[in-house]
Amino acid sequence: MKKCEIFSKGIIKENPVLVLLLGTCPALATTTGVVSALAMGIAATAVLFCSNIVISMLRKAVPDKVRIPCYIVVIAGFVSVVQMLMHAYFPDLYDMLGVYLALIVVNCIILGRAEMFARKNGVIDSALDGLGMGIGFTLALVLMASFREVIGAGTWAGIEIPVIKDYAVSIMTASPGGFLAFGCLVALVAKITSGKAPAKKSFSCEGCPNAAACNKESCETDVKEESK
Amino acid sequence: MKELLIIIMSAVLVDNYVLSKFLGICPFLGVSKKSDQAVGMGVSVIFVMLVATAATWPIQTYLLDPNELGYLQTIVFILVIAALVQFVEIFLKKFIPALHRSLGVYLPLITTNCAVLGVTINNITAEYSFVESMASSLGCGLGFLLAMWLFAGVRNRLEEADAPECFKGIPITLVAASIVSVAFMGFGGIIDKLFA
Repeated sequence: MKKCEIFSKGIIKENPVLVLLLGTCPALATTTGVVSALAMGIAATAVLFCSNIVISMLRKAVPDKVRIPCYIVVIAGFVSVVQMLMHAYFPDLYDMLGVYLALIVVNCIILGRAEMFARKNGVIDSALDGLGMGIGFTLALVLMASFREVIGAGTWAGIEIPVIKDYAVSIMTASPGGFLAFGCLVALVAKITSGKAPAKKSFSCEGCPNAAACNKESCETDVKEESK
Repeated sequence: MKELLIIIMSAVLVDNYVLSKFLGICPFLGVSKKSDQAVGMGVSVIFVMLVATAATWPIQTYLLDPNELGYLQTIVFILVIAALVQFVEIFLKKFIPALHRSLGVYLPLITTNCAVLGVTINNITAEYSFVESMASSLGCGLGFLLAMWLFAGVRNRLEEADAPECFKGIPITLVAASIVSVAFMGFGGIIDKLFA
């Protein structure tokens, strides 16, 4: 695969949030405003980029059986670094993201990319993959946050939009709006890419970071039924 | 006692982890197809949340805080939870095989469930005592179970719904989740009125 393709596939074709449906928790929780979505995206991208590089470097050293705990330690280390940096330099954003910053550790995108890509590919490829997936994640988050913030609050990244401001539908920034906006965006992407997109993974084992650890009974029966 | 009840009730109804805090969305969407599976997952989550809180709260209070190691919280908690889930699975398999058969398949899925890590961190941030932490974990777990169980019922009806082509599958499920979430918004303020 060409380098440029590795980088770009995460942005649109295999967008982690809108096509692969990974990382749904932060996608719903931090998209009430564009600023917090952007902060979340950048923090996750930084962790993904660094952890992909380190995991790719360690891919021959780590025994297969204990790889998941090893990956978790690497990822948790980088998350702590990002947490401390953000706490020191952007305390407002740190407070805004709250517990979701620490929860980057259990973001399926990061463990998923480690499991699916970084442990099988070289350092440079993994770095590009991490960066591409991270940018795709950030773009999806910002897109969703724009949708929710403009309709829900009549502002974009805190800037007021004249007419819409008077007709804000505040439920879009509340929790039901998150599910609604996400559902509509996924449907829109499905509509645009119908036929061309890679087969929807729809929570199959391939994208699930737990797949290696679990005995697959509970989820795989679901997937099989779905494909019938 | 009243305080504990308030913590539990507000975690179940008002600040529902799935529907208003968006934690544990993956199992919520992935394992809510059938109501028996949804209940199995919910019960496992309650169990793991209680065990995880019982383990992480003392670690934070007696090990990390006195030694000023608060910044290790994320790493320590995720490792403790991951190890604990494995341990619980082995223990159940050996000593209570019947329970393992019904809950076992869900346990590994919970290791990287953000609701479990979220509840342990939230308990520390909220500066709860040990008993309050356990109550809050129980409440969050019950809220998760309630949301899963209700939503499994909704999804049964969705199977036969005639959705537009591009909305089939996950998108329509998310829209349905949004409506269930609106229902839960109706509980806002109930705690103040009940215990006023």
